Amino acid sequence: MHPMGSEILASETLIGLETRPLLRFTTAGSVDDGKSTLIGRLLHDCGAIYVDQLQAVAEASRRSGSADVDLALVTDGLRAEREQKITIDVAYRPFATPRRRFIIADAPGHEQYTRNMVTAASTAELAVILLDAERGVTMQSRRHGFLAALVGIRRMVIAVNKMDLVGWSQERFIALADEYDRYLRSLGVEAAFIPISALQGDNVVEPSHSMAWYTGPTLLQFLETVPLQGDDAARPFRLAIQYVQRPSREYRGYSGTIASGSVRVGDLVAVYPSRSRTRVTSIMTPAGAADSASAGEAVTLTVADDIDMGRGHLLADTDHAPLEMHEFEATVIWTDEAPLDTRVTYLMKHTTRILRARPLAVLYRVNPATLEHEEADHLILNDIGRVRIRALQTIYGDTYRENRHTGSFILIDPGTHQTSGAGLIEGTATARLPEERNLVRHVGRVTAEDRQRLLGHLPVTVWLTGLSGSGKSTIAYNLEERLVASGHACAVLDGDNMRHGLNRDLGFSQEDRSENIRRVAEVARLMNEAGLIVITAFISPYAADREQAREIIGPERFVETFVDAPLEECERRDPKGLYAKARAGLIPEFTGVSAPYEPPPSPELRLDTTSRSAEQLVEAVLAYLRQRGILPCRHEER
Amino acid sequence: MLWIFIGHRTQDMATLESLDKANADRGRPARYRTTLDSLEAESIHILREVAAEFRRPVMLYSIGKDSSVMLRLAQKAFAPGRIPFPVLHVDTGYKFPEMTAFRDAYCREIGVDLRVYRNEPAIAEGTNPWDHGTVYCCSRLKTQALVNALREGGYDAAFGGARREEERSRAKERVYSFRDAEGQWNPRRQRPEIWNLYNGCIHPGESIRVFPLSNWTELDIWLYIQRESIPVVPLYFAEERLVVERHGQLVPVYEHTRLLPGEVPQRIVCRCRTLGCYPCTGVIRSEARTVADIITELAEVRVSERITRVIDHDQDASMEQKKREGYF
Repeated sequence: MHPMGSEILASETLIGLETRPLLRFTTAGSVDDGKSTLIGRLLHDCGAIYVDQLQAVAEASRRSGSADVDLALVTDGLRAEREQKITIDVAYRPFATPRRRFIIADAPGHEQYTRNMVTAASTAELAVILLDAERGVTMQSRRHGFLAALVGIRRMVIAVNKMDLVGWSQERFIALADEYDRYLRSLGVEAAFIPISALQGDNVVEPSHSMAWYTGPTLLQFLETVPLQGDDAARPFRLAIQYVQRPSREYRGYSGTIASGSVRVGDLVAVYPSRSRTRVTSIMTPAGAADSASAGEAVTLTVADDIDMGRGHLLADTDHAPLEMHEFEATVIWTDEAPLDTRVTYLMKHTTRILRARPLAVLYRVNPATLEHEEADHLILNDIGRVRIRALQTIYGDTYRENRHTGSFILIDPGTHQTSGAGLIEGTATARLPEERNLVRHVGRVTAEDRQRLLGHLPVTVWLTGLSGSGKSTIAYNLEERLVASGHACAVLDGDNMRHGLNRDLGFSQEDRSENIRRVAEVARLMNEAGLIVITAFISPYAADREQAREIIGPERFVETFVDAPLEECERRDPKGLYAKARAGLIPEFTGVSAPYEPPPSPELRLDTTSRSAEQLVEAVLAYLRQRGILPCRHEER
Repeated sequence: MLWIFIGHRTQDMATLESLDKANADRGRPARYRTTLDSLEAESIHILREVAAEFRRPVMLYSIGKDSSVMLRLAQKAFAPGRIPFPVLHVDTGYKFPEMTAFRDAYCREIGVDLRVYRNEPAIAEGTNPWDHGTVYCCSRLKTQALVNALREGGYDAAFGGARREEERSRAKERVYSFRDAEGQWNPRRQRPEIWNLYNGCIHPGESIRVFPLSNWTELDIWLYIQRESIPVVPLYFAEERLVVERHGQLVPVYEHTRLLPGEVPQRIVCRCRTLGCYPCTGVIRSEARTVADIITELAEVRVSERITRVIDHDQDASMEQKKREGYF
């Protein structure tokens, strides 16, 4: 038996077994990437496969004509899986090491089984994705990364398998890792790469002797040490009532699992949909009465007032009201063979409520390999799309980004009762049309063509987005200098001139950041209308905000420019010392450290700051503008 | 960027202890820290969800350690009230006498509504594993009995104590396992189970099997029994018992046990790791006389608990086959 298995377990006995933290992770890989072998290897080398189970696998291996014990057979539980040597359905396998407990949700890799991958990832904190060192990054690898990121997994470990088949080549590993890492970064995912051979066991549990050039952790060491997320307790209090206990006339208890935040006896809580407020008078946990309880606990509360409360009602923090949604937008993963039909009113399960809801329109479909938005009017099995949904009753919740529990829902077919789709709430559909606002625009007599003749260019907004320290301001001011030197009127909008004046009432919460960006976009639009070229230099971390800016400014005038620099590089530069402060916990919600950055999936321009100088990058922007006909070509310059 | 990553990792490895501590301390109240607590909370959530969503749920009670834990979780889920559904035991007539005695005493003590169902026609016909084989015997006395009991009771949801860790086809089970009107499981048409949003919508006649202990392991069960002082059938604890060796297993000898030619009963200190019907349940040599002993023993044991079940080895995919036919 392997040293990581029985010996350590026996020597440490079971002290602390029940207090070992639990990590739920999912695994994904394309057909033949060797995923089942990897899991088999992980379980085997951790001593998690019992002797009789191993014998059964050995027998099955012999029957299928294989000389060695085929570890893949450990996980393939269904007969059809063993016969066809494929994985059909999600399997859940627990195992333990002296440091942690694990549950693997193993998702099949076939393209047509996207729904299983989403199922597996929905309860996982981390994803292990396999790449085949020989075959490289495939469409399916991209799909796996995208799906895991979609359901909110921000940490991934990429096991580059079959290193034995590429001669343990460091160059091959780095090239592959580099390619896939770039894709994952565009999804806002932080990934670690480990070169392995699942077949031979290299870097799975034991370090490899064949790859001395690799000095990082083995896969198991990584899984044992990666920080656990578990930040639900820090979010605003939410509890959806599951069950009302009425054992006697005098007692009425409200049971449910705390979705996020915490609650204390004496707290004032708001109840939705009634919007009444009441005080918590007692908290019962599985261990008995308690003064407080927090996210993940299954509790029963009693309250001071006799108000309308029942299953499906939401209890919430009085300072952080949930979103009230009637019509909303969601990313929907379609999991049913019957396509999404906008004429059907589905059953919708959201928290502990079942209500009726109708998809009004599919806004677009996302291509999971290229991340492009494709035009679509319906979704079929395994499609992912943005959908506008109308609930027949008001729902109370949060965006998925804010809260996985109150921001998720499933759609159920009213006829077949199949789970037809999984939804992630993106936000209320608030973008009103101008005519709804009682505003009438005055239109002047000077046309855009008149202005262009006057100024010699088309007014656009070069929207620079990127991490703090990526070089946005440097590029913005160099670009401005070059434009002015060649006779073009332009202006730079950045944090200094916006946040100290027009936006000085705004902070750095997600809402405030969004509002900041909205105002910047409105100012840029006014300046564009006046004929100026505008250069903006804002981190603008959220894709949704940039999309809104694109709408405000107009897609034809919006030049989204991704100033691409790896976080490590920005942090190394740290021109204003902000990263150091953020790491020390002095700056809350700092992009890249404690707040996410969502790289643009398909920007008009991408500027790679690691390989080129600021001058070269400015030249690249100018070339782009000339090529688009925004600036006159060189020989026409005045 | 890879080298930088590797650098970070190396640093992390150096401060493993502080990392563990940081993970454990994460601002949670002292009470909510353990894996056992989160498994408990997850199970209670499932029990409440089913009690609220289904018209007529029932809890299958096998008298074993998993059932005992499930019953305790149900008590907690509905405290201070009573468990709002009945408890059903499918009695094959071949259960250990100690099990039936324990069942009646314990259910009376905690005041649950116990129903016992037997496939009387099959029992009257003398169905037994010695003459008819375990496959036929199980199918009549367990699977068919179960399907009939659920249909006659009009139950639309039935809790079972199965765990994913037990057996490889169970690793593929959902928490809410959809069954057609015949109680059959179709692994290819399982409903995707996303987040903890369980889909309990069914048509009349269809039902859902619910597995609140899906993510527990055998060791978790015993740790919980220890923590909560849950009573279990004494067969789990080692003592000297009369057994015979058969097909490499130790089978306990009871009044009606048929001895095969050449079999000589002997007295051995042993215990049951799982409980079932006495003709088909093996015992293991063990000195574990307390729950604490069992926990220590499990740390070193290298075979799965199902090895003491004769029925699982009938054919390569026997559990999957039984589940397809309506078994848990």
